[in-house]
Amino acid sequence: MAEILATTKLDREQRQLLDVMISSGDLVLQLINDILDLSKVESGVMKLEATKFRPREVVKHVLQTAAASLRKILTLEGNVADDVPIKVIGDVLRIRQILTNLISNAIKFTHEGKVGVKLYVVPEPPFAKEGSQNGSAGSTANQSTTNVPKEETCTSTSQTSSDQRGFHGKKHEGSCQDRSQSERGTPVTNGTIDVTEEQAELPETTVWIRCDVHDTGIGIPENALPTLFKKYMQVSADHARKYGGTGLGLAICKQLVELMGGRLTVSSQVHCGSTFTFILPYKVSLSCDHSDDADDGLSDMDDHGATDDDATAGFFQFQPRTLGSLFSSNGSSRTQNLLAHNIGYVNSHKINGCSENCYSFPTSNGQTKEMDLFEDACSVAEALEISPEPESSFSHSPDHDNESAICRDEHHHNVVNAENKVSTRDVSSCSETSREVDVKVKITEPQLPAERQGRSDSGFQSTLNSSREASNSISKPKILLVEDNKINVMVTRSMMKQLGHTIDVVSNGVEAVRAIQYHSYDLVLMDVCMPVMDGLQTTRLIRSFEKTGNWDEAAKAGIEKPSPSSDSLQPDCTPPKRIPVIAMTANALSESADECSANGMDSFISKPVTFQKLKECLEQYL
Amino acid sequence: MDFVNQLQRKFIDYSSSLHREGIVDDQFTQLRKLEDENSPHFVMEVASLFFEDCEKLINNMAIALEQKQGVDFKQIDECIHQLKGSSSSIGAMRVKNACIAFRSFSGAQNREGCLRCLQQLSHEYSLLKNKLQTLFRVSVASRCLYVCLVIFCRENEPAEPFPDVLVFQLEKQIVAAGGSIPRVH
Repeated sequence: MAEILATTKLDREQRQLLDVMISSGDLVLQLINDILDLSKVESGVMKLEATKFRPREVVKHVLQTAAASLRKILTLEGNVADDVPIKVIGDVLRIRQILTNLISNAIKFTHEGKVGVKLYVVPEPPFAKEGSQNGSAGSTANQSTTNVPKEETCTSTSQTSSDQRGFHGKKHEGSCQDRSQSERGTPVTNGTIDVTEEQAELPETTVWIRCDVHDTGIGIPENALPTLFKKYMQVSADHARKYGGTGLGLAICKQLVELMGGRLTVSSQVHCGSTFTFILPYKVSLSCDHSDDADDGLSDMDDHGATDDDATAGFFQFQPRTLGSLFSSNGSSRTQNLLAHNIGYVNSHKINGCSENCYSFPTSNGQTKEMDLFEDACSVAEALEISPEPESSFSHSPDHDNESAICRDEHHHNVVNAENKVSTRDVSSCSETSREVDVKVKITEPQLPAERQGRSDSGFQSTLNSSREASNSISKPKILLVEDNKINVMVTRSMMKQLGHTIDVVSNGVEAVRAIQYHSYDLVLMDVCMPVMDGLQTTRLIRSFEKTGNWDEAAKAGIEKPSPSSDSLQPDCTPPKRIPVIAMTANALSESADECSANGMDSFISKPVTFQKLKECLEQYL
Repeated sequence: MDFVNQLQRKFIDYSSSLHREGIVDDQFTQLRKLEDENSPHFVMEVASLFFEDCEKLINNMAIALEQKQGVDFKQIDECIHQLKGSSSSIGAMRVKNACIAFRSFSGAQNREGCLRCLQQLSHEYSLLKNKLQTLFRVSVASRCLYVCLVIFCRENEPAEPFPDVLVFQLEKQIVAAGGSIPRVH
């Protein structure tokens, strides 16, 4: 396929491909992804990582993800033996990829029963020793004593002779059929490599872990086994039609496993099930692990503050559509608490009306599959980049008919930027706040009142500055958007972001008044038609405050006055500054404009909001 | 590279047809401009949100119109208002126009008229969703094709250079997908 892409002519086959792509992008996307992987591996440019990770977590997470999109009644089970170390060193991304592929295959071909993953330590397999003996010419050690498949490459030598933490899988002179020709590897004369001597120089030891992915599925006929791992092969044409897929998954897995110095094998019985097995070597650091958390290659949102319980839990079971998992006795139900503790997320997404599945795993709720794939891809990358303990909390603009709980712990705020990867990692696009949230929360000074926390009927994303802010002029103007329509919010916010501004958002007039009571804004963009309290009345109240210096009118309208503590704005002496209020109106007829200005608005922007309109407005009023 | 150009052209043609047919208007173009390397999927995200919202509102209106004891036209009015706002924001012109027509019937409290409008609205929404999803698929597929090509070309040093901005975008996506960019010297 890569060759097809590279040619300049577009023949009939390619034209067909183009049409296929337009009508069914999914399969092609998948194919492209697979080809990409395979070509990377085959061309020898794939660089393997060596990061510390927790195998139990990987197994659990892969199963969890699979369970979330499971559409049939199957039990997914994970079993990690006790002798598997808590942390091992390897290319976690690739291993995860292999595991995911094998599990999704298993699920695909199993219609009832169980798909299980078993992980356990095994002694160093014969093929490992044999691989390291490739350097000898004519040595008796070259005799294969195991049933090693013919397509084996010499990449296994790189593993045992490597003495670096990261290593490159190199392809030697094409597919290495003649092992005696290999240039790599420690020269061997007597058929054994002195592994112990090599290991003594390393601060690590190697452990071989075997992974069985077994299923109670349709099984594989014996005649299909030899070609199973070949590219583009599926068991039969009917098979391909019925089950789909690209035919590349196993080929990729095999290449990856072998690149990492292992083996991938299969055993199966038609109508009973299959077991795919891969054995890989992992380095284990012999040094004390306690300070090594920062090295972790994997740090999922779920596992923030992952306790030893999570690290040692060895048995997992999942059924379709369960968010939680049933842990064995040493597991923790703390995970649920951890999720709740991770503030905002649970509450905010429920309130936004997303189903629970939305925030934990990618689903296809109203979003295209392409987005799922992209998000998956992004989330994996982001998972690796997450710094631990974000301690972030943010509130959001709730639906007007819901109360939101503000989850803010003001004493623990850090500066969190918009790319708060933890929040984007598990959130689908149905929750626009998390994608676009640009939350900057600075460390606040203690005199801010505790009652600002937990105000149940005023939620707003805010840029909190220190309380000195009222008297200082800030370089960054504070802009408040008052708008109830989520989509309008998303668009407006994005446009403002392009103009270089972050905005606070509230969804009705009452919240707007509240926001203004506690923060000073340089500009307010006010939607006219809103529930609870519309833009006209809200502006009247704001003007009344500016004129009189008090919030009496607002109190008459039912809005609590701010408490007389130092945080609420404006000391009594100076009259409040007039805030420019811009109406955002759906119909820009002149009478509407008159009404706006009669109520105290300075100007209006007619919807839909465009970049140009915003730009002009900002230039004029800021 | 001809294949790629063909694909690109196909995408542009399809996109233009959406404008020509009035499915989307200038506002949609505005949204496309908001995509950059920091939010490369913005349009898809907004569209997804809109689809969800729209379906919910259409559903609510259908239920409201079915009430035997009396139709709550005020509720319908509010739904239309919301939908008009959203569709206007994302540039879904025909949906927006359907809302405007709908409003006059709901204002007149004309149940039959409302039912017809709702049907029309539903139809326009389906059309929009279908077209936009196709557009996104082509866009995503072509992006991935470019990815393949970049990798392939970087290894093979073709004569034709890739446009830089594309390369930049693609590199980001490759890295985000967990891959690494091979450096060919």
